Amino acid sequence: MTTMANDSTTRDADAVTTPSDTQWPLWEVFVQPPGGAPHEHAGSVHAVDAESALQNARDVYARRGEGVSIWVVRSIAITASTPDDMGPFFDPGNDKPYRHPQFYKVPRGIRM
Amino acid sequence: MTPNKPETNTEDPARIAGFEARIAAGETIEPKDWMPERYRRQLVRMMSQHAHSEVVGMLPEGNWITRAPTLRRKMSLLAKVQDEAGHGLYIYCGTETLGVDRHELIQQLLNGTAKYSSIFNYPTLSWADIGAIGWLVDGAAIVNQTMLAKASYGPYARAMVRICKEENFHKRQGYEIMATLSAGTPAQKRMAQDALDRWWWPSLMMFGPHDTDSPNSDELLRWGVKRKSNDELRQRFINLTVAQAKAIDLVIPDPQLAFDEKTQNWLIGPIDWDEFWRVVRGNGPCNQERLAARRQAHDDGEWVRVAAAAYAAKQARAESTSEAA
Ligand SMILES: [Fe+2]
Ligand SMILES: [Fe+2]
Repeated sequence: MTTMANDSTTRDADAVTTPSDTQWPLWEVFVQPPGGAPHEHAGSVHAVDAESALQNARDVYARRGEGVSIWVVRSIAITASTPDDMGPFFDPGNDKPYRHPQFYKVPRGIRM
Repeated sequence: MTPNKPETNTEDPARIAGFEARIAAGETIEPKDWMPERYRRQLVRMMSQHAHSEVVGMLPEGNWITRAPTLRRKMSLLAKVQDEAGHGLYIYCGTETLGVDRHELIQQLLNGTAKYSSIFNYPTLSWADIGAIGWLVDGAAIVNQTMLAKASYGPYARAMVRICKEENFHKRQGYEIMATLSAGTPAQKRMAQDALDRWWWPSLMMFGPHDTDSPNSDELLRWGVKRKSNDELRQRFINLTVAQAKAIDLVIPDPQLAFDEKTQNWLIGPIDWDEFWRVVRGNGPCNQERLAARRQAHDDGEWVRVAAAAYAAKQARAESTSEAA
């Protein structure tokens, strides 16, 4: 049995070439609670492959019936907006009040 | 802590002001947001110590799994210890969002450079200690973690919310053990009282030094990492626990314990801070033993890690050959 303890780890090394004692790839975990709500980000796990990522995710994030379904996805596969985008990126949604029901007037006393 | 922090000199004061304004407005700081380097470091320090505490915290209790008095107690203890492993993982995962590797953190734990909560350097001498840990140690952790669930750093706060949901079972199973022993034979009752005598003061020390001696507190409060001071949290824990002890006919080992009508607080006698610092500096009853056990567990798990990596490699090979065919 070889122990390859080394410090040259990267945040997301390649699964198949990762020595046993360094960092395994990171997976983000999404759990769907019972009752039809959408999957929600629960956290992350390290695992050598998708199958063990799912098992780890079950053990770490669903010990009490928290989930009826779990997704795992490699963290490096996620593209996310950046905080710098925040203003301009979401602006188009913020300056259109006519997308909200409060924008429209209804006669007094009418229940909608 | 180095007295000279170069990072604060190089950071734009306007940016820091903006950051602090966000915190003051109750906004949550997320991993990709700009943050002062010092905020990031304080969080890495705090969160990794917290994660290590969850992991090392499994050891004193793991010690009693095979000797639990009934199957029911054994199942509870197994489930609790497994939860603590999960807590460690939630918080390591939160710490990784600050750009550090879990691997690196675990190495620091194993080579003895990382700190963890001193409470876990005390021995579990009798079954009643398992009751006292659940009741007092998890009880104190709940008080602290309930506050941290409102921490300004999103991933930390969210990990705490998850943890708090699980902790109540830990506390109640411990309190149930104590209540059962206290209502048992005279020998069982003595065992329960003895455990309370030994765990009471270390539990109070879990909240850290008095506010006047806690150099990190001001900054952590200002940045919304903490929402209450060490002494406030400790007082809350004391007030909750005194009545619980009375209800199961156990005596808090503090002759100076007295209720203050004016503040509605239970006031305690002096805490032995020499003992606290002795244990923090590595000279507690079990510091060596805990690290040795942790290293052993890590080494014993080596074959599992090797097997998992070999299996994944084999699967990947099989996949690529079947694709080629
Ligand atoms: Fe915990
Ligand atoms: Fe716990």
